[in-house]
Amino acid sequence: MPAFNQSRQTVIQLIFGAAFLIIVVRLFILQVASDKYKMLALNNAVYRKVVYPDRGIIFDRNHKAVLNNTIIYDLTVTPYEVKKVDTSFLCHLLSIDSAEFRERIITAIIRNGRYRPSVFAGLLPVDVQAKLEENIWRFPGFTLVERPIRNYLYNAGAHFLGDIGEVDTAIIRKSNNFYQIGDFVGRSGLEQYYESVLMGKRGIQNLIKDNRNRLQGSWENGKYDTAAVTGRNLYTYLDIELQQLAEKLLTNKVGSIVAIDPQTGGILAMASGPSFDPNDLTGSTRQKKYANLVLDVSAPLMNRATRGLYEPGSTFKPLGGLVALDMGVITANYGFACSGAYYGCAKVIRCEHHNPGHAANMRLALANSCNSYFSQIYRMSLDNGKDRSVKKGYTRWKDYMNAFGWGQRLGIDLPNELPGNIPDTTEYNKDYRGSWNSCTNVTLGIGQDKMQVTPVQLANAMCIIANKGYYYIPHFVESIENETEKDTLLNKFREKHAALTHISDLDYEAIHAGMQDVVESGTARSAKVPGISICAKTGTAEKYTRLDGKRIKLPNNSMFVCFAPRENPKIAIAVAVENAGFGSTWAAPIASFLIEKYLTDSIRTERMKDVERIANTNLMPSYLKRKQFIADSTRAYFYFNLRKDSSYIKKYLRGYSHQNKLSEPVLKDKAAAHKRNMTVKNAANLKEKALYINEYPLTKNKVL
Amino acid sequence: MENRNTGFVRKMDSLLLWLYILLCVIGIISIFAATYIEGDSIIDGFLSSRTDYGKQSMFFVFSLLLGIIIMLTDSKFFTATANLWYTLGIILLLMVFPFHSNIKGTESIIKFGDAFQLQPIQLCIVFTNLALAKYISRVETDFTKLRSQLIAASIVMAPALLAIFQKETGLALVYFSFFLVMFREGLPAIVLIVGFSFAALVVATLLLEPNLLAIILTGIALLTIYLMRRPIRRHKSVLFWIIAIWGVCVGIQRFAVPFIFDHVLQPYQVKRIYDTIGKDYVPKNAEAIADIEKDAARKKDAGNYNVKQSKIAIGSGGLLGKGLLKGTQTRYDFVPEQRTDFIFCTIGEAFGFIGSVVFLSIYAIFLFRIVTVAERQRSAFSRCYAYGVASVFFFHIAINLFMTVGLAPVIGIPLPFVSYGGLSLVTFSVMVFILLRLDKDRQMVLR
Repeated sequence: MPAFNQSRQTVIQLIFGAAFLIIVVRLFILQVASDKYKMLALNNAVYRKVVYPDRGIIFDRNHKAVLNNTIIYDLTVTPYEVKKVDTSFLCHLLSIDSAEFRERIITAIIRNGRYRPSVFAGLLPVDVQAKLEENIWRFPGFTLVERPIRNYLYNAGAHFLGDIGEVDTAIIRKSNNFYQIGDFVGRSGLEQYYESVLMGKRGIQNLIKDNRNRLQGSWENGKYDTAAVTGRNLYTYLDIELQQLAEKLLTNKVGSIVAIDPQTGGILAMASGPSFDPNDLTGSTRQKKYANLVLDVSAPLMNRATRGLYEPGSTFKPLGGLVALDMGVITANYGFACSGAYYGCAKVIRCEHHNPGHAANMRLALANSCNSYFSQIYRMSLDNGKDRSVKKGYTRWKDYMNAFGWGQRLGIDLPNELPGNIPDTTEYNKDYRGSWNSCTNVTLGIGQDKMQVTPVQLANAMCIIANKGYYYIPHFVESIENETEKDTLLNKFREKHAALTHISDLDYEAIHAGMQDVVESGTARSAKVPGISICAKTGTAEKYTRLDGKRIKLPNNSMFVCFAPRENPKIAIAVAVENAGFGSTWAAPIASFLIEKYLTDSIRTERMKDVERIANTNLMPSYLKRKQFIADSTRAYFYFNLRKDSSYIKKYLRGYSHQNKLSEPVLKDKAAAHKRNMTVKNAANLKEKALYINEYPLTKNKVL
Repeated sequence: MENRNTGFVRKMDSLLLWLYILLCVIGIISIFAATYIEGDSIIDGFLSSRTDYGKQSMFFVFSLLLGIIIMLTDSKFFTATANLWYTLGIILLLMVFPFHSNIKGTESIIKFGDAFQLQPIQLCIVFTNLALAKYISRVETDFTKLRSQLIAASIVMAPALLAIFQKETGLALVYFSFFLVMFREGLPAIVLIVGFSFAALVVATLLLEPNLLAIILTGIALLTIYLMRRPIRRHKSVLFWIIAIWGVCVGIQRFAVPFIFDHVLQPYQVKRIYDTIGKDYVPKNAEAIADIEKDAARKKDAGNYNVKQSKIAIGSGGLLGKGLLKGTQTRYDFVPEQRTDFIFCTIGEAFGFIGSVVFLSIYAIFLFRIVTVAERQRSAFSRCYAYGVASVFFFHIAINLFMTVGLAPVIGIPLPFVSYGGLSLVTFSVMVFILLRLDKDRQMVLR
């Protein structure tokens, strides 16, 4: 019988052999034929940890660090390690309740799982961190993790230094996925403009992780790791003491100050009011403070130096004079018989002065800021003999303005600069159906109509006048640490722009003389600094706004431009203080303090009390309170409508009764009535009011 | 060669013994590689019973001692007590029902305190092998008769049936490997062919739409009728057989397979089978969903996580492997159950294709050696027993490796000598040593 089945052993051996062959083939396919599984294994086990470098430091002209790095702490939790924690003590330290504690733990588990650390309390205030550090052994599973943040050493320069923030999807897409979720990048100011320099180079650490994502040490002994390279430092033209003085002078004012070194285009100071403490936005207070700033209708986050649009008013006059002189329509000796107003057009333009001879020549007209004179020479420039039509004449005039850097972006090293506005002929053609003449927009000649400029453009125009024609694009950064040929960022700032050098020195001297007289004997005598020859021009612009459906006249904008010294200009300044009054009362002294500070290194003691007086004056426009009230109540109504939860409105009302005491009795009554009728039905009232808010800043102005 | 004449090692098959020792050592090293924690003292680890590789080493030493005892026994002892052992095995299996403890989803384990646990179904493999060999080798058994074949089949199937009741389908399947022994001893080849065809049909049922498969089957039947038209003209019965086979196939595909899936197998097992062939399983009722979820929770992740990770581990080994203790997949616990059922991942990842092939050849040589040993036996008992050992090992190795490389459903079957597990190592060792003992007396006729 066994012999009968002997052949079957071969069958059995064949079955064995076939099975092994199948496995070998399968192994070949898995192990040799494809690399897929190697990649998958790497993805499984290797965690590429990004090591963030320190960002570069920003220095001022005297090599004082203005913006550097510091460390604060996050409290992180690894949920599965949390055992026998004195919860109540921890809650006490963090001032949260146990329900909140539980919720945060659950959030951590949902976000990162039980085995990986997640942030439990971020950006701890220093005192809380100190207490936690002492007691951290009591809380197994909790760790304090360092987190670098930016530190603004002088609490100054918030607007132009900018801040950093987490990347959003738009940035990631734009960078071709160079940035990853969780990266911090400069989101505004110099931080954004010089991001590529300041960021340094990220390092990569390859770490091994296990099946629960717990890190187990470095992979291949760090063979493939790359070290992080610290960001490079920036050396700026900024004078931090001048900057601090400028910000001090702008406290409780809406406006802006820009100071530029005309010989280099370097920005010495740039202030914008109202301002904020940049350090508030880096640490634990960020959330709260940022919300406050964003919701403030006075827009403290806006950099008015590059984004504030102002009618230059009389500060335009030196430019208008130069254009007329260069076009040859007048000479410096040209005089105009002004008797208190300009009657050349149907619209009468009033002038501050009416004594005869106050506009007997360019110098006098500038010193006395004669509206009639500059209206007249504006019209003469447009209706010059060379151009056949007023439109061609206007285009020529506009080209001058553009050469001064107005009506287009200067290209300074800050993001989101506004171009201002010098209207095109098409704009007037549209408005007046093609039929207009030099009378239609004659007020352009005294810096109003549709003309709008930013303070930095104003200051730059002063640089051009001071330099007699050339300028460098205003910029902050003088040099980059370890600069190489590849750093092209600064190239455009080192290029000399001979914008208006074709205007003769004689013409410039005539304007300089007039501007010097403004300080010596004209409208800005308050700006005089002994021993320094200052050339300046004041400006005052009327402002209107719509509030509660009515057109309200606001106090005038106070404008001032200057440069000094006349012979060898070292500083050019533009000052704008909104709704403050005459240019000579507020803006002029502010500029003179800055000149004195910059050129003589200190301010005379007898003038220090003037500095204090101006710094302590609150010139915040009172209508802002009403605007704030409308904005807040509109928002409350919006959220109430969204959730049908009246606590939004009530919460707001509580705050309102404490803080927002309005000065005008009318408004007070209104508010009281408002409060009484605050029901769902009458809440619609609020919505109606909300419409007005969009009209801000709808302003109309008139130059004196 | 002279000293081989001493009683103990005389005529012993040294190749088999060395292969056995080699496999056990590879096993211990693999377990070490899979479970060693960086920084532990290696020597302490091997000497203590705290670590898995230490435990496995102890079981290996214990197995060797047991082997010496077996080698010192009379070979007639096994023929004499085969049925007794089998009875003991069945009693142990029955004991499981009242005394089992529910561990890892099976109900086949009896626990004695914390330290010791016993899975009778595993031990029973040895006993069944002995009993089957005993039955076939009886003088009065005529294995050509259907009755004898049925009795032999029931000897094998009884423990398997009990295993299914204990929710241990994986080990129950092992018992089917004894059909190879029966095949060798004269079971008609048609049984194996039918068995294979049945398996193929089941897989086809899973893969194809029921109606499409029915059409294909009908097409095959019609084609066969067309091709066989001449024999059919001579014998009408051929036509009848073809139609009958067709009817059975469609019946299986249409009714038997769904019935088995719905009523015999656990929902989680159905899910695993579907996972392996890459199809989604839609559970029928809430109970089934709950069962699948329980299974998923037990296995850490839903679906074919194990197989995916195991494939990644083996695949990432490449041609030459990453080296011992360097595999990231196995070092950092990405493969669940990697010291037991998925131990081959450690070898595949650490030693690559070359190492795996070498490892497989050791197994192949081992199996072919057993077949050779089986064929040189004078007594039918020894031969049957040897074939039983070969079949059981083959089934374990093939299914386990198929499972780790993603060719078979995940059923918990260990890799002989290599997977961690005291009882399985001891069971397999005992099987090998009894074989060695019987082989020593290969010139004798044992009844």
